[in-house]
Amino acid sequence: MITEKDIEHIAGLADIGISNDEVPEFTHQLNAILEYLGILDTVEDESTPASGTANVFREDEPRPSLPQEAVLANAGSTEDGFIKAPRVM
Amino acid sequence: MAGILDFSPDDRCNAFITACTGAAFGDGALAGIAVAINDNISTAGIQTTCASRILEGYIPPYDAHAVELLKQEGAAIVGKTNMDEFGMGSTTGTSAFGPTRNPIDPERVPGGSSGGSAAAVAAGLVPMALGTDADGSIRCPAAFCGIVGLKPTYGRVSRYGLIAHAGSLEQIGPMARTVEDVSRLISVITRYDPRDSMMLDQPYSHRPSADVSDLKIGIPTEYFGEGVDMRIATTVRDAIDVLEGLGAETTPVSIPSVRYAPAACCVICASEVSSNLARFDGVRYGPAVDTRKPWHEAYREVRQANLGPEARLRIMLGTLTLSAGYAGKYYAKALAARQRITRDFERVFCDVDVIAGPTTPTVAFRPGEKVSPLSIAGTLTAPANLAGIPAISVPCGDVDGLPVGLQVMGRRFEDERVIDVAYAYEQEVRS
Repeated sequence: MITEKDIEHIAGLADIGISNDEVPEFTHQLNAILEYLGILDTVEDESTPASGTANVFREDEPRPSLPQEAVLANAGSTEDGFIKAPRVM
Repeated sequence: MAGILDFSPDDRCNAFITACTGAAFGDGALAGIAVAINDNISTAGIQTTCASRILEGYIPPYDAHAVELLKQEGAAIVGKTNMDEFGMGSTTGTSAFGPTRNPIDPERVPGGSSGGSAAAVAAGLVPMALGTDADGSIRCPAAFCGIVGLKPTYGRVSRYGLIAHAGSLEQIGPMARTVEDVSRLISVITRYDPRDSMMLDQPYSHRPSADVSDLKIGIPTEYFGEGVDMRIATTVRDAIDVLEGLGAETTPVSIPSVRYAPAACCVICASEVSSNLARFDGVRYGPAVDTRKPWHEAYREVRQANLGPEARLRIMLGTLTLSAGYAGKYYAKALAARQRITRDFERVFCDVDVIAGPTTPTVAFRPGEKVSPLSIAGTLTAPANLAGIPAISVPCGDVDGLPVGLQVMGRRFEDERVIDVAYAYEQEVRS
């Protein structure tokens, strides 16, 4: 069982923001899903790894990219050709 | 031949988020054909929102590979279609831009998540559209709206420019009123693109053939049992009889691990969503974050205000299923289930060429009828995403006047064969 405290913790980890009156409903919904996911407990692990796949590599070469104006065009806040983000310290 | 298509649809179903009144077109295999694009596929210069407020106003600076190819073949990109927010849902009811209605019965959902594309095609607003499918999001709405929809083999269509929510499961695919048009559309979008590192160079160049003699069809017991409306099971069984009448041979098969598919798909989707949707923080696109506030506070504010409840629930679920103490119980188990399902299909495909069953366990329902937080509509469609195999839904009759879909699944990179089977059925019942 996930508690309301767990929900607040998870919402914090995910940076999604959650108001106090949303907590009970999200807790209820998440517990309903987890109960349903209980079926996965009965899956037996196969120790053999997946086969038939291979890595595909490419050369690390410079290629054309978007012009700076195009990259900045959708940003809410820019300064001197940079995208502005909230302060981190 | 080149020009501007005047597109002003009578969009009673709310199929479109954005309609382009004047859409340019050129020469090529799709010259002058109006194509609608699911709103999670990037279109240069045309707003692309994933049906979320968090991307409202976002104008992609580039085209998705599939859109580039459509334009090269002369198609007119006439608009962006409604969907469940970021593809999470099976009703198109979680869109921030209001639900889409089913053109067959406006009181019912069109299915989802690519419900806008399905409704636009079914209502006759466009002959074809691109949808995306991570757990049934092309096939479910195709079945509910009575059109044809193909989820291609994983790796057959470039995901470059598809705004990812569950990248290991999702493919862009064609939706149209006929199998022939689905075949035309897939033949344009499968050209190799090194920008999707999961893509293989296996272009589709095939004309549908209605010859199914010598074809072996597997009928999985799990697709006709508990949870599947008896009348749908009967309708689909009748459709398979039509294929038998054309010379195909049927044999019962069992894929026991598909019972894990909805849960495994749910965990893998949510886990990938929690990571993929972390980029939507109002910094590079979408409604602007308040840059004067400390970052956690600023991000929480913009994400709470602009992501819908379903998206936030799935982000939390995925954060949990990947976190220490839970990852082994959920994510690792989901991957194990995925491997079992893949192997079960491989085993069955040693004996049969295709597998046929219903696309959905019910017909289109009314909004609110399915109260479960999990989409049960994905029960029969999610297995193909987990196994990476091609699967098509083709209309095969109705129950109470509502369309039923016949689903045909095939071996990896045998999209041609599932198209042929659907085509054979369609041609036979039309003639």
